Amino acid sequence: MRLGQGVGGGGSTEPHIIGLDAILSMSLALIGLHWNVALDWAHKRSPKLETHAVQFIGEPLAGKLANQCYSLFNYVKSLCRGRGPKIDAYQCQLFDCVLPARLRADSWRMPTFKRIVLGLAVVLLLGALGFSALAWRSAIAPINPPSGSSFDPNLIAKGEVLAGAGYCAVCHTRPGGQPLSGGYALRTPFGTVYSTNITPDPDTGLGRWSLAAFTRAMHEGVSRDGSHLFPAFPYDHFTKVSDEDVKALYAYVMTRQPVKAPAQANTIPFPLNIRVLQEGWKILFFRSGRYQPNPAKTTEWNRGAYLAEGLSHCGGCHTPRNLLGAEEVRRTYAGAVIDDWIAPALTDANPAPVPWTESELFGYLRGGITALHGVSAGPMSPVVHTGLALVPDADIRAVAIYFADLDHSIDRTAAVAATVGKALSTSGLGSGQEYDPDARLYAAACMGCHYNAGPTPLPERPELALNSALTLPDPTNLIQVMLRGIGITEGGPGLTMPAYAGLSDDDIARLGTYLRRTRTDRPPWADMENHVAAIRKQMSPAMTREGP
Amino acid sequence: MMTSFEINGRTVSVRTQEDAPLLWAIRDEIGLKGTKFGCGIGLCGACTVHVDGRATRSCTTPVGAVAGARITTIEGLDPSGRHPLQVAWIELQVPQCGYCQPGQIMQAATLLKDYPDPTDQDINAAMAGNLCRCMTYLRIRRAIKLAAQRIRDQTAHG
Repeated sequence: MRLGQGVGGGGSTEPHIIGLDAILSMSLALIGLHWNVALDWAHKRSPKLETHAVQFIGEPLAGKLANQCYSLFNYVKSLCRGRGPKIDAYQCQLFDCVLPARLRADSWRMPTFKRIVLGLAVVLLLGALGFSALAWRSAIAPINPPSGSSFDPNLIAKGEVLAGAGYCAVCHTRPGGQPLSGGYALRTPFGTVYSTNITPDPDTGLGRWSLAAFTRAMHEGVSRDGSHLFPAFPYDHFTKVSDEDVKALYAYVMTRQPVKAPAQANTIPFPLNIRVLQEGWKILFFRSGRYQPNPAKTTEWNRGAYLAEGLSHCGGCHTPRNLLGAEEVRRTYAGAVIDDWIAPALTDANPAPVPWTESELFGYLRGGITALHGVSAGPMSPVVHTGLALVPDADIRAVAIYFADLDHSIDRTAAVAATVGKALSTSGLGSGQEYDPDARLYAAACMGCHYNAGPTPLPERPELALNSALTLPDPTNLIQVMLRGIGITEGGPGLTMPAYAGLSDDDIARLGTYLRRTRTDRPPWADMENHVAAIRKQMSPAMTREGP
Repeated sequence: MMTSFEINGRTVSVRTQEDAPLLWAIRDEIGLKGTKFGCGIGLCGACTVHVDGRATRSCTTPVGAVAGARITTIEGLDPSGRHPLQVAWIELQVPQCGYCQPGQIMQAATLLKDYPDPTDQDINAAMAGNLCRCMTYLRIRRAIKLAAQRIRDQTAHG
């Protein structure tokens, strides 16, 4: 016995859905769906059960439900009356599809308000039940922590490199904390999520996680106990990682020094903190599945794509997110704001004056510095200097090949020499006897280190006219670097930049405006001074004091 | 928290706070007074030292930013104080009051490393952040050129 075999009525071709009737129509459809699912289930078990279902569950319950729905339907009809025959006909059509004639009855009456409330309550209940069924994941049985010797040393070594490529330690270590013991605060628009302890401590870490549980977390975003993980853990990327690599990662984390470090409570507010609701996010935005090679591309390209889209989750920072915090697939690598810095676009929309070719990408990802693009800074520094440090050249090269293809740099290399020449022609601006106070400020604060004589810029003298910090539509990165400087481990090897937090907001703003005006052909940044003040506010108190 | 780095060839651990200026550690804690305090905001160059061999303003570089780095001050530029720049400085009697000179020499050393044969423009630009209130700029420029010549000769004949 199946539902949904009613005869369509009405001859309308242009259904016109409006507010309440749309909601109620959908509700009716939902009830029909659940009813079908229940009967299907019974049908699969035995014909006898199906009969029982129809008799004991079906007749009384479904009959009542149908009555209510039908009453509601009539109510809607009365509401729609006078709005034209099309609406009326559409209602009939929908209703006929959902409920069989034999369940329809117009005999059972309730007060209108009560009918609506009851109807909605039933719909909500059934919806919640269905959602819970979808969202439910079983716990995976805890195991006794495996001994270190049970893992193949080669697998552990491979896992160590992969853990670097995935930056596990960057997010799973609080500042000054024990590696991988968690507690790092990831600020999201919904609240702060604290990373968890992934050392093999049995009580507070992954000690009791089997390989199956670890793999499920990586591929499906589900914790060992069956609860859904927040997508602050980028399982939407890790789902692409091969089983083999997940196994190596497991071997690596399970052989680290166990650290007792209980998870810190997140500040995600109710009701967003209800983990079962993450199923909704997953239905909307998450597609599970390993990386599928693109047959039109080379093996190297595919290796780069596998790393970048999977474990290294480049899109996690460089792809803008929608209101629900999911990466916007249509704007992959279009650039985004992350941790108060701008992660520039990795497509041909990247604003660096010189295109990111394979060799420039390789140099930057390998050493954190190139002569034509400058140094790594901000949240990108640990990516290069902590994460990718152990990754072999071949893999870095593969990632470079992948991104050099995405940004079509090969089409733009012809202009490089001219661009560099033009940039170098501006390098000495401000060194003469100019009476431009902005130029004087630049000469005193910046020029000694940033001046390039040519014919090519020196990597140790980052050429500002070639730096995307000056050409981005927003001055955030430039202000960040000026205020914070660059530590010895952040940029290129052996290079530091002092922090200019001692300058006033006005002076920092003037420097930025001056550089934008003289070193680029882009329009001036608006509201520089407030921008500087806002960024200064995010810094630690010691860094925010202005000079004498 | 202690921060360790190398200064003039020896390893030191300093108690100076991580976000306090490197200059504080160099002068007050380590006790090397050759490096001077000028403006304190990175606009005069008097505090210039080398971090991993490159001129850096120590008054605005946080101690934490140089953990593990190799610092050289004017005292350590040459083991016997006879760096070609120092020799040229004495020969041409560059200093007047002398306060900015350690910073000038440290900055010039990096300039010569990058550009062994600097033009006037190169010197003007690369030394633009090192102010001298006695206006010894012309003698500084001459001394840099003299030192550059000698370093080039040394390299050519060495």
